[in-house]
Amino acid sequence: MLASSPRLRAVLMRLAQAIPVVIGVVVISFLLTRALPGDPAVYFAGVAADEASIEQTRVAMGLDKPLPVQFVHYVGDLLQGDLGQSLSSGRPVATDLANRLPASLELTLTALILAVITAVPLGVLAATRPGTWVDHLCRVVVTAGVSLPTFFTGILLIYIFYYLAGIAPSPLGRLDFIYLSPDHVTGFYLIDAALMGDWETWRGAAKQLVLPAATLALFTLAPIARMTRAAMLTALSSDFIRTARAAGLSKSVVLYRYAFRNALLPVVTTLGMVFSFALGANVLVEKVFAWPGIGSYAVEALVVSDYAAVQGFVLVMALLFVVLNLVIDLLYTAIDPRIGFEAR
Amino acid sequence: MLSVKDLSVIFQTRRGVVDAVRGVSFEVAKGEILGIVGESGSGKSVTSYALMRILDAGGMIKAGEATYSGIDLRRAAERDMRDIRGREISMIFQNPRAALNPIRKVGHQIEDVLHQHARATRQDARAKAIAAMEAVKIKDAEQRYNAYPFELSGGMCQRIVCAIALACDPRLLIADEPTTGLDITTQKAVMDLVRDLIRERAMSSILITHDLGLAAQYCDRLIVMKDGLIVEQGDPVQIFSRPQHPYSRKLVDATPRAGATVRDLLPADIRAPEPQIVASDKPLVEVRDLVKTYAGKSGAVHAVKGISFTVNQGQCVGLVGESGCGKSTTSEILVRLMDATSGEVFFDGEDIAQTPARGFARDPRRADIQMVFQDATDSLNPRHTARQAIAEPLRRLGRMRGAALGTRIEELAGLVGLPLPLLDRFPHQLSGGQKARVGIARAVALDPKFLILDEPTAALDVSIQAVVLNLLVDLRAKLGLSYLFVSHDLHVVRLLCDYVIVMKDGLIVEEGLAHHVMSDPQNPYTKSLIAAAPKPPERATPKDQLEAIDAQHATLHDKRAS
Amino acid sequence: MSDLTPTDLPRRHGTLDHVFYVLRANPVTLIAFGMFAFLILSALFGPALVPYDPLATNAGNALQPPSWSHWFGTDQIGRDVFSRVIVATRLDLTISVAAVAISFVVGSILGCIAGYWGGWPDVILNRFLDTIMAFPLFVLAMGIVAALGNSVENIIYATAIINMPFYARLVRAEVNIRRDAGFVRAAKLAGSSDLRVLATQIFPNALPPMMVQVSLNLGWAILNAAGLSFIGLGVSPPIAEWGIMVAEGANFIVSGEWWLAVFPGLWLMFAVFTFNLLGDGLRDIVDPRKRT
Repeated sequence: MLASSPRLRAVLMRLAQAIPVVIGVVVISFLLTRALPGDPAVYFAGVAADEASIEQTRVAMGLDKPLPVQFVHYVGDLLQGDLGQSLSSGRPVATDLANRLPASLELTLTALILAVITAVPLGVLAATRPGTWVDHLCRVVVTAGVSLPTFFTGILLIYIFYYLAGIAPSPLGRLDFIYLSPDHVTGFYLIDAALMGDWETWRGAAKQLVLPAATLALFTLAPIARMTRAAMLTALSSDFIRTARAAGLSKSVVLYRYAFRNALLPVVTTLGMVFSFALGANVLVEKVFAWPGIGSYAVEALVVSDYAAVQGFVLVMALLFVVLNLVIDLLYTAIDPRIGFEAR
Repeated sequence: MLSVKDLSVIFQTRRGVVDAVRGVSFEVAKGEILGIVGESGSGKSVTSYALMRILDAGGMIKAGEATYSGIDLRRAAERDMRDIRGREISMIFQNPRAALNPIRKVGHQIEDVLHQHARATRQDARAKAIAAMEAVKIKDAEQRYNAYPFELSGGMCQRIVCAIALACDPRLLIADEPTTGLDITTQKAVMDLVRDLIRERAMSSILITHDLGLAAQYCDRLIVMKDGLIVEQGDPVQIFSRPQHPYSRKLVDATPRAGATVRDLLPADIRAPEPQIVASDKPLVEVRDLVKTYAGKSGAVHAVKGISFTVNQGQCVGLVGESGCGKSTTSEILVRLMDATSGEVFFDGEDIAQTPARGFARDPRRADIQMVFQDATDSLNPRHTARQAIAEPLRRLGRMRGAALGTRIEELAGLVGLPLPLLDRFPHQLSGGQKARVGIARAVALDPKFLILDEPTAALDVSIQAVVLNLLVDLRAKLGLSYLFVSHDLHVVRLLCDYVIVMKDGLIVEEGLAHHVMSDPQNPYTKSLIAAAPKPPERATPKDQLEAIDAQHATLHDKRAS
Repeated sequence: MSDLTPTDLPRRHGTLDHVFYVLRANPVTLIAFGMFAFLILSALFGPALVPYDPLATNAGNALQPPSWSHWFGTDQIGRDVFSRVIVATRLDLTISVAAVAISFVVGSILGCIAGYWGGWPDVILNRFLDTIMAFPLFVLAMGIVAALGNSVENIIYATAIINMPFYARLVRAEVNIRRDAGFVRAAKLAGSSDLRVLATQIFPNALPPMMVQVSLNLGWAILNAAGLSFIGLGVSPPIAEWGIMVAEGANFIVSGEWWLAVFPGLWLMFAVFTFNLLGDGLRDIVDPRKRT
């Protein structure tokens, strides 16, 4: 129809905009690998390297060549999926990350879903009932939520639910050793176990997941609830709500079809920032719960100065985030008909 | 059919309880159009929201009765109110674009109302929505059905709002400033449409407006409100010819109308004789083939497409047009805040368009060309006092300091009628009229030769507009200024200007001596502009007026005596 | 004339009145100011006042639960947790204040340039900020510290870099909406140069929202710095720092010695909470409509 062509153009524009961002991400990642103080070759050769092996590393990594040439090599390696060799595991970094990524994604996505299904209703309720206990609860949750260091919340939850109450399993990884991990299909234990029909394992995996996911959700809940409340308040005080009320529309229609759908737009925009926080906090939560994802991998690599692994991790996280942002923006395009048109 | 008795509305705010409406009583008869007129803060809109029970948070009806066809609107259950809203009583609002859900197709918004009041089924909703759109004279209703508000013009949005309001055949329509924010020609089209629809369907209506002229033209009866009270009600002709209350008299006086001079806008007791200004025919500003083209997102925007005109020394030239006609762009270029794409602007014989706008701050002619801005609030830095605002040009361009500066500021304050104690206030502590005075004082601080007035009264209430317009006339006479008065309102322009230029789509469509253009417009666009302006009823003869004034004096004496 | 006598004459010192009003109406903000003062005092005088040397070990007195002599207990090598927690305030606050100060200054300058002049500096800045924001920010900070080396200064730089886009964007937006405001055009007509307009007319008006951002950001900066040291970046033991103390205490939580991790964690929370409350309070003072 009439509207489809400018909207399609907007979608293509958005996709095109991701390209310079990806290039920027790659450039920064490259600079980070080369910005190591002193001689990068010394770092990449490892702790136990001697003169000869350092020199070998230098030549192998092309560190003796000028920076632009190094960049071309770096990009070439990236295109082949080569992120270098991990010193600690001895495997290619890309393989390690690919193996561990599903664990991180399962944790992060569960947490985000938890956060969204709690925070959005909370924010809506707080906005529609200002001054009531829901509103106050929302305010407390929001302010406390952003003040909680995730790693500390995690430890506190472990202390309460594992040590004191004894309900939670020991905070060590995705599955207690008494279970066998389900066959690898998606890498998400919950999905894989369900596919196998192994509900025993499914329950075991879910039990392990509850605390870390709750920790992460508590942290990401706050910004979503805050934004939902604010956006809902703005929407409710708009002129078009008054028109809807003056036309006698019922409360639920006014609230959901008119106010909520408009309030959703800024909330979706905030999700990008929330993802950024969640992916960052993910690293800390994985460390606390010994979760075998890419975050704890990076932390372990940091401890032994395994820089290729750390930089590979940074790059993968950034690319993941770029994709997530793209998804969010396309989602936004789907719900806001104004995208693709000049304002007014 | 609607009867309001002693209605009082209060608002719970942080500064305590505010009485927005303080006991108003009126009735609306079947088939009648009632106008409620008042300036900002008079409580006219709040009254209508209270009737519909859609007051903002914190607002409540404190006392009084409101009865609609036997239904007690104050005590009716919320569910019953929902049935009344939209089906019995409807509303249309100002700023129609914001009044529509921005992300819902307009057709669906009409359907929502039809469904709510069980006027349509799933099968026939679409057809009925389109019929409702056709009823408000929307062409291609089938296609517009799928449009979003942002794809429609302001006037079209207001028609959609009307369609929503009228979809369920209500018997009373409340129109809350329905034309504010619309261009003057659109304004007339919308008002004519609303009136015709009301008459066709034998509905009653309440028209809420700040524009006494508009209300008088379209209403059967008028109510004048001030500070939450009704000060006068009656027949429009009667209110115009013999206003009883001093406030309605002031409003009537201040409404620009055919035949009135700028002095006539002021209350009779403070009218001074109008100064005689004779403009020379020596040109001060000559604009030649001025062109301005922007790079817009969807191609070039031709804001000004080659215009030429002259402002003589001591002359006041009016530049009139609707939004988007290029008048603001022209004034920005003349005041050297913007560079032209091509063309010349001669000031005192020299082409100032050659000096780039960015460097003009250091140009010796900077002080000679000044401007009074449209929105007095926006044109004052919220963190600077009135004194600092007026001092700015004196310090920068006048290089004044210390006692000389202070003296000059106070002199200017006196010139524009700003009481000295107000000089140390911040903008938010000043009223609209006071802010306008500060803006004018700042503009004339350096005795400029040429002053551009960019809709200086657009954001002001009509009574304050009258005061500010008169101040501008006096200043022009006292300081020998030349004005370029930019406005959308021909009636206001006519009061001040000797010469009028009418612009449309970046071109001059007509120009000439003000009274010629007003009385005998040649261009069809000028004609439509003049025709679109509200026409208040003719004023009473001067003799009647004198009698009325006498009567008022008599009552004043009585009051003092008692 | 009616416009000379508005019915509701606001009082002279409107701003100060408003501040007092908000403080009275919202005692939480008042409490936040109190908490803030407490933090500042413990950062300034804490090291001189604490009962024990934060680094002194005492193997015979290890892992003692909280008592009168050791309010927060002792850690695995017998150091007094209370003294360490208080002493750490100075380091944690220094890191966050320094980082926020850097990002404030750099972000303001970049934002002003981009917001006022627009054009290619604006395009470049936006691309640059997009690139920084394309990283999950904590992860970027990890990468920067890993690359630059493990030191307190590098934690500060990393935190400053990931905070900077917020300031630059905020200032850019605030400057941009005022670029064509009436009072800015009036100042130009009064003969002010662009730089003067920017410095005297536009930037001061952008300050209130910036102060809110500063306060909220300080809390976030503390969280980031503590998070980085929690995973072993930046500050290294035995220096007292909240993140490290939580990390070390975490090993003892599963065996029930909760005080090692809980007290530094609580203190960290307290500090972040203070800045967040303060930010919300400032937001109320700056713009009462934006209360969330």
